[in-house]
Amino acid sequence: MNVIEARGLRKEFTVRAKAGRFRRTSSVVSAVDGVDLAVERGELLGYLGPNGAGKSTTLKMMTGVLHPTAGDLTVCGYAPVPQRRRLAARIGVVFGQRSGLQWDLPLRDSFTLLRHVHRVPAGEHAAALRRCTDLLDLGSFMDTPVRQLSLGQRMRGELTAALLHSPEVLFLDEPTIGLDVLSKQAVRQFLAELGARGDTTVVLTTHDLADIERLCRRIVVIDHGRVVHDGTLTQLHERYGSQRRVTADFAVPVVPGDVSGLPGVTLESAEAARLVFALDSTAEVGDLIARLVTWGTLRDLSIAEPEIEDVISRLYLSPATSIMS
Amino acid sequence: MVDRIRPYLALIATQVRGQASYRTSFFFDLAGNVFFLGADLLALLVMLRTSGSLGGFDRAQVLVVFGLSQVAFALADLAVGNIERLRTYVRSGTLDTVLVRPLGVLGQLLAMDVGTRRLGRLVYSAGILAYALRLAHVHWTPAKALLVVVAPVAGAVFFASIFVATATVAFWWIESGELGNIVTYGGRDFTGYPVSVFGGWFRRLFAYALGMGFVAYYPALALLGVRDPLGLPGWVGWAAPAAAPVAALVAGLVWRTGIRHYRSTGS
Repeated sequence: MNVIEARGLRKEFTVRAKAGRFRRTSSVVSAVDGVDLAVERGELLGYLGPNGAGKSTTLKMMTGVLHPTAGDLTVCGYAPVPQRRRLAARIGVVFGQRSGLQWDLPLRDSFTLLRHVHRVPAGEHAAALRRCTDLLDLGSFMDTPVRQLSLGQRMRGELTAALLHSPEVLFLDEPTIGLDVLSKQAVRQFLAELGARGDTTVVLTTHDLADIERLCRRIVVIDHGRVVHDGTLTQLHERYGSQRRVTADFAVPVVPGDVSGLPGVTLESAEAARLVFALDSTAEVGDLIARLVTWGTLRDLSIAEPEIEDVISRLYLSPATSIMS
Repeated sequence: MVDRIRPYLALIATQVRGQASYRTSFFFDLAGNVFFLGADLLALLVMLRTSGSLGGFDRAQVLVVFGLSQVAFALADLAVGNIERLRTYVRSGTLDTVLVRPLGVLGQLLAMDVGTRRLGRLVYSAGILAYALRLAHVHWTPAKALLVVVAPVAGAVFFASIFVATATVAFWWIESGELGNIVTYGGRDFTGYPVSVFGGWFRRLFAYALGMGFVAYYPALALLGVRDPLGLPGWVGWAAPAAAPVAALVAGLVWRTGIRHYRSTGS
């Protein structure tokens, strides 16, 4: 059974703009424009898109915050807005830009409050809190008021707060935004472990591509409110012609020979002793290397895997219709 | 039942502790509230001093109306006054975090913002009412004793309804500004005077159409045993608290419509 099912999900906003001193014009903007999505239990889904693509709006509809304009949506078998309270008991939510913690009180107090809010038995609550405290290393700031926590500490607190009632689905909206490298690593590590256990479904929006590369097998890319890709990272690379890059450094400057006999290989640049080749998915690295050694003495050789940034930026740049075809 | 309200009680307890972490500010708020209340009373007394009576009522009688209105407002302000912060919650997106908890939205917002700082105002208002009732030499009967408790509570429900209904505007209109305050504080000031001092369409609209005459004026007539100079029969004073559930019903409908129009902000 699918934990999340969306069919033709749409959300329109009316945007009013000033036109003259008193007159205003209004226009309808589709933030989410017909999204179909099915997420199975235990999946770790990366929901990716540029700013304003409709990521947060989709998440808000799935968590019962916003009412969809059209389309069918069920999460954990509930219709999010009409059954908001029952759904809220089964999901955990972290909005990276908002805090669900008690600003003026020690972190611990927020967790105690959540025990009452979600009516979690004391024993279960203590066990869940202990697990999060160990994994996220909360011990040192448990008694610090939330307003005095660093962003990284606070985010670890938010994650714990979202998980204390053992939700089936965890929604994370930009969980690593603004964090330093160490905090990002801590958060990713934690999510990877959560994903590995396989009983919690995680939906993660981000525009930090490293999050996605580390964590998500499945990637949904959204742009202008539409899904433009739904599949694995490898599929994304295949579909959008991601290229590996082979950089060859020779002992002395060489004149590049002919590579037309090698399918999928193109010479990208040649500067003195360094040649750079781009290889698509049909190319054989071995054949290229065999050819290179005939041109001169190779001093160094490196192969770079395709950069997800490149793929995504190419995706954003191309018009949506051509991508869909 | 206890199990159902426990999460809200936990929210209240948490919020009171949060407020207590700013002790000095808490003290100034308390003092400020009493001061502004004193200013209202002073204005009324100055008016009474020059004319001796207002709208056909003597000083003690006017003070009973004023006291009833103040106690009702103080109660409402204590319980739901901070709902006006809904505007801030909508703008900052805090409402999103409220919506993802398995509790009612209105209940949470009220529990998150119980105005303990306004406790002083309630004590002060109750003092004025008690003094006014003594000054007016009310002939007490069991029914009047009941009315003097029910009327402020019903009035509080009435004001609370105004608070909720006007705060709901924030769902449609994020920059709703001081609109809510005009209606709530305007309403409080209107109910503090005998309705007979107002005239024409103004009186018809606020006292009767919007029901503000039933908060303090008509119950006060019943307590004082005075005939309405505007000609309504005596039982109106006893029935006046019935305006409260009607107001609450309307406010509830406005709220439910409002929450469905919530459109959140930003990412």
